[in-house]
Amino acid sequence: MKKYEYTEKKDTRSGFGAGIAELGKSNPSVIALTADLAGSLKLEAFIKDNPDRFIQCGIAEANMIGVSAGLTIGGHIPFATTFANFATGRVYDQIRQSVAYSNKNVKICASHAGLTLGEDGATHQILEDLGMMKMLPNMTVINPCDYNQTKAATLAIAEHVGPVYLRFGRPVIPVFTPADQKFEIGKAWTVNEGKDVSIFCTGHLVWEAIKAGEILSEQGIEADIINIHTIKPLDEEAILASVKKTGCAVSAEEHMINGGLGDSVAQVLARYYPAPVEYVGVHDTFGESATPDQLMEKYGLTADKIVEQVKKVIARK
Amino acid sequence: MEIEQLKSTATAVRRDILRMVAAVNSGHPGGSLGCTDFFVALYFEVMNRKKDAQGNPIFDMDGRDEDIFFLSNGHISPVFYSVLARAGYFPVKELATFRKLDSRLQGHPTTAEHLPGVRIASGSLGQGLSVASGAAYSKKLNGDKSHVYVLMGDGEQQEGQIWEAAQFAPNKKLGNLTAVIDLNHAQIDGTTDNVNNNRSLADKYRAFGWFVDEMEGNDMAEVIKTLKKAQQDPDVPTMILMHTEMGFGVDYMVGNYKWHGTAPNADQLTQALNGLPLTVGMEDY
Repeated sequence: MKKYEYTEKKDTRSGFGAGIAELGKSNPSVIALTADLAGSLKLEAFIKDNPDRFIQCGIAEANMIGVSAGLTIGGHIPFATTFANFATGRVYDQIRQSVAYSNKNVKICASHAGLTLGEDGATHQILEDLGMMKMLPNMTVINPCDYNQTKAATLAIAEHVGPVYLRFGRPVIPVFTPADQKFEIGKAWTVNEGKDVSIFCTGHLVWEAIKAGEILSEQGIEADIINIHTIKPLDEEAILASVKKTGCAVSAEEHMINGGLGDSVAQVLARYYPAPVEYVGVHDTFGESATPDQLMEKYGLTADKIVEQVKKVIARK
Repeated sequence: MEIEQLKSTATAVRRDILRMVAAVNSGHPGGSLGCTDFFVALYFEVMNRKKDAQGNPIFDMDGRDEDIFFLSNGHISPVFYSVLARAGYFPVKELATFRKLDSRLQGHPTTAEHLPGVRIASGSLGQGLSVASGAAYSKKLNGDKSHVYVLMGDGEQQEGQIWEAAQFAPNKKLGNLTAVIDLNHAQIDGTTDNVNNNRSLADKYRAFGWFVDEMEGNDMAEVIKTLKKAQQDPDVPTMILMHTEMGFGVDYMVGNYKWHGTAPNADQLTQALNGLPLTVGMEDY
């Protein structure tokens, strides 16, 4: 089993900020937009270098999405940024018609996704965004796991032509993927290989899955840990190859179970290779105010919860 | 183009609209007929559009160095399709496929079918002013001196997103943007005054920082004159309130909101077409 270590903790949103700052230097077509959240989205470096390619929309997210769609006409690559709640649920119809159906090269970049937004509470803690975005035809959906992967994903989506939803977050978490990685959209990353259970994890839950793998290993259970950073298009081959080896699966995500990664995994398995599946995610409930760690504990988004679900699913084999 | 020729084209377009909606017993003739003169003026006289050596239009999505148009109130697709076809973007006979299975002429305009002339999907209301603002911003970033036009409905002014864009365009100094509101005072459920009164749109847009003008939308000469004098200040977007009659050109439809989204039956179609005789040289699709 591969051991993962880290020397520092960083927020994934800062990985996005670093990525878009680099794009500011390397890609003159990239435009950054925000709806009064330039600081929260870590756009300072981009704005400093490219004041003419930054568009402050004010608190008007629907207009920001429409303006982004319009900017693509003429060859620009707009990165529309705000909190995940305002980037998806608030503007679903604008994204649906002006971006997805119109197939515009708009990058919707969303921070503060999920419970780890913390103290602001349920109004801001969107747990449905992956589901909404993955249902839209033409939309690519990405949920990276740490600072380095988020930065690499930010660079990759500028090269991809078409609508993208890129989801990241606020808390500082371990940086455990390589700084020089190349991000391949739609290509799952095998974090660790094992024969007893497949753990399909995304976003902040990848580190929890790694910790769960260590706990399980001490108990003689070898987990095949697969990071599904691209929720859509889904790497079905990687999912099937893993489950054909292990015979069961657990999904782990900071998202509602309805409509999340686990749903996508279960659909693939139901169609091509039926096997027991258990889920680590939020069960049809809104979040609440507390520290991110308290919320992850209360809502069961932890390494211990993954271990518990692994044992449950292995018993069903 | 001579004004008489523009009027002849408008008559042919009105006949297209009526025949298209009657053929599938669905679609929106009222607003389409009311906006016909505006569309003909815009495409045949006002906009500088890219053309090949034979005078046929060249369409590409980016629309650089040419004037471009967005339809926000997508339900008046019949007039948009007819004018695009008659301007040469696609064969006029394709109008016969409107709203039918496997057609590029969807009920509401879309880019999904790659119909030349369409740059955004519209139908869900309130989004076009934002898209046009983005396209105008894009032209400014590219140093492209051409203009962006967008048409909205007056019922559509009830959508909140319009007012987000209404703040954005003047604040970003989008003087290369001309927006037009089809002020026909009618929407599906009744008059706009009764459904949800827009009150003074001119005062509202002026307060938001737009240059506001008005025109009689069914007077071809006035439409051309007013559109051409828009965009005089490079830092101020223009909003034109266009007074039209819903159903203009068909006597029994004029001013009756029932024709917003109702197609004429066979007898009504005959009656309407009899009132819109083709001039010499013009043909139906």
